[in-house]
Amino acid sequence: MGCTAADVIAAIRAAAVVVQEHRDELVRLDQAIGDADHGENMRRGFTAVLSRLDTEPPDTPAKVLKLVATTLISTVGGAAGPLYGTAFLRASSAVGDLAELDGDAVARALRAALDGVVARGKAVVGDKTMVDALTPAVTAAACAEGTAAAALSAAADAAAEGATSTVPMVARKGRASYLGDRSAGHMDPGARSTALLLRALADAAAKA
Amino acid sequence: MTAAADTTRVGLVVVSHSDMLANGVAELAAQMAPDVAVLPVGGTEEGGLGTDYGAVVEALADADAGAGVVVLYDLGSAKMTAEMAVESADDPTRYTVVDAPLVEGAVAAAVTAQGGAPLADVAAAAEGASGETPVAADARPALHLVPDAVSAEVPLTNEVGLHARPAALLARTVAELDADVVVRYGDEEANAASVLALMGLSAPGGRSITVVATGKDAAEAVRRIEELAERGFDD
Repeated sequence: MGCTAADVIAAIRAAAVVVQEHRDELVRLDQAIGDADHGENMRRGFTAVLSRLDTEPPDTPAKVLKLVATTLISTVGGAAGPLYGTAFLRASSAVGDLAELDGDAVARALRAALDGVVARGKAVVGDKTMVDALTPAVTAAACAEGTAAAALSAAADAAAEGATSTVPMVARKGRASYLGDRSAGHMDPGARSTALLLRALADAAAKA
Repeated sequence: MTAAADTTRVGLVVVSHSDMLANGVAELAAQMAPDVAVLPVGGTEEGGLGTDYGAVVEALADADAGAGVVVLYDLGSAKMTAEMAVESADDPTRYTVVDAPLVEGAVAAAVTAQGGAPLADVAAAAEGASGETPVAADARPALHLVPDAVSAEVPLTNEVGLHARPAALLARTVAELDADVVVRYGDEEANAASVLALMGLSAPGGRSITVVATGKDAAEAVRRIEELAERGFDD
């Protein structure tokens, strides 16, 4: 059974809760190597997403993803706005007018999201960014067979490992790159938030 | 000058994480280019540090009088926000996000836009702003030997000499003419189209510059600069 618009809305709501719960953690990670605004920016963005889902619930998975994209773009304020906004926008286009998402659709959406993030931010694997979490997630989702939940679960596991891999890296993109070698020893906050989002989406999909 | 006033000019949008920074840059650039729309967009909707996508989209539309808009930014995510706003426009080709030093780029772009230059030229002026320094005058020693070149010694009667505002006025006064104009001071030479290079000459008040012009409007260019200097650059 695939994920309907209602399932996708439930998963996004779950992700918003996780972002709120981890706000302070993301702030601390960003304090170490950036400008300390990632946790608050993400909280603000997903709070706005929640309120728009309440007032205008979309009726297809693609429309849900597009609403998330446009809301994040206009409310996040930092780099995460354009990056996550582009990711959700590309994911929305990738699933087209499907009424339900299966594992293949999720894999396609994640691939499109990654391509969008890379096009927007020009980062590659190893730069200590969300690309380090999203890239293995895309590969894992493509290899997983079956349901949306299975694809998302594989993606979430891979993203968590990818986020951990950013700890020893020296940042080559974003504000953290100004620190040079001193950026090593800290997890990238964008990679962490990507892993958190995918885990929350996977857990919600498993319950659907 | 009335002909130039009738044409629409390229507008500028300055995207910064900080409202104060965006406004400061826009103030500086606008002082040199009174007829150019220079719109600052800084900070988040709540007034914090960050970029506001919706505000950038609005500024792009507001700054576009028909000739397009050059967009300057301060830090990485401001660039991404600017690029997204451009991509969302009905006609993205009307907007050019430039990789340029914010202050120098805005000033160079504003002065170029004031002269009525098209979008590509205004963008190029911003992007070239970091490299605009005067060159050694003997790098092009033959210029004054070019047939029909017009030259003049022009005393700088104003107190500050070829400072920011006078340099911008000089660049503007010859921008619309069909002439290549160089200004020499000491051992250095600057293209009169480049306000930053003119400023880089550091020609002080009380001294003289040498103006050399070639092209159809060469004599008119020199005449205008002499007139401008006689008026003390309207200081």
